Amino acid sequence: MTLQALLSGQGLMFLFFAVAAIASGILVVILQNPLRAALSLVINLFSVAGLYLSLNAYFLATVQVIVYAGAIMVLFLFVIMLLNMGQANLNTSYRGVRTIIAFSSAIGFGGLMSAVALKGQPNVMLPADAMVTGSSAGSVEGIGKVLYNPNLPWLFAFEWTSFLLLVAVIGAVVLAGKRQQPSEDKA
Amino acid sequence: MSIPLNYYIVLSMILFSLGIAGVTTRRNPILIFMSIELMLNAVNLSLIAFGRYLGDAGGQMLTIFVMAVAAAEVSVGLGILIAIFRTKDNVDVDVLNGLKG
Repeated sequence: MTLQALLSGQGLMFLFFAVAAIASGILVVILQNPLRAALSLVINLFSVAGLYLSLNAYFLATVQVIVYAGAIMVLFLFVIMLLNMGQANLNTSYRGVRTIIAFSSAIGFGGLMSAVALKGQPNVMLPADAMVTGSSAGSVEGIGKVLYNPNLPWLFAFEWTSFLLLVAVIGAVVLAGKRQQPSEDKA
Repeated sequence: MSIPLNYYIVLSMILFSLGIAGVTTRRNPILIFMSIELMLNAVNLSLIAFGRYLGDAGGQMLTIFVMAVAAAEVSVGLGILIAIFRTKDNVDVDVLNGLKG
């Protein structure tokens, strides 16, 4: 019954983006060249954006593409090229025992959580009204009505997010900006 | 007929496990950052899926904040990385043991 769900239009969309996300995620983990890993991560972010679309989160899919695949990945690529790590450096090869332990722990965690998700409450389906009318919660209007509602807790957190971003901007400028005169004398 | 919620959760868990494997095996800090982004995305996916299937708008709100925090984290982290690279030629995390961790 649930396997039939994958053969509908929505199911094929899910399958396509899920396979793309998993494949590009594996490439992010195993590729030696940082640039190629970063470009695989871009594919992964686009695939996850497609999955957001299949969950009716239109605004967040857009934000995912603009902020993640646009801004954050450009920052990554910029730093990779700035530090000249484009070529695969051979001293980052894997080491046997640590790699085995790391992968087995990751597989164990993923398997355990997947088993919990599959066994816990099987086949949670969409509520019927969401199927019929389509949810407007993911549109810009729906997001705004919830996010800027003073009776809900999100407005307070949203305001403080601006402060967080201010701190991040100042921190990035202080950390990566030019050194002041005294430290140049020291060096 | 729609896709069950469990499929999204299992996909999210697979992506999260890939992120764990990347964080624990990679030695280049930029690749560790990218694996962390992978894990954050997996969590975002599960949040949105839960929000959609349970009819709660909180999942998408939390995802917005996770994205904002991820952007702040990346900007500060890459700034630290550039500052480290300015004093040392090597950014291998096994060599960076200045904090005696």
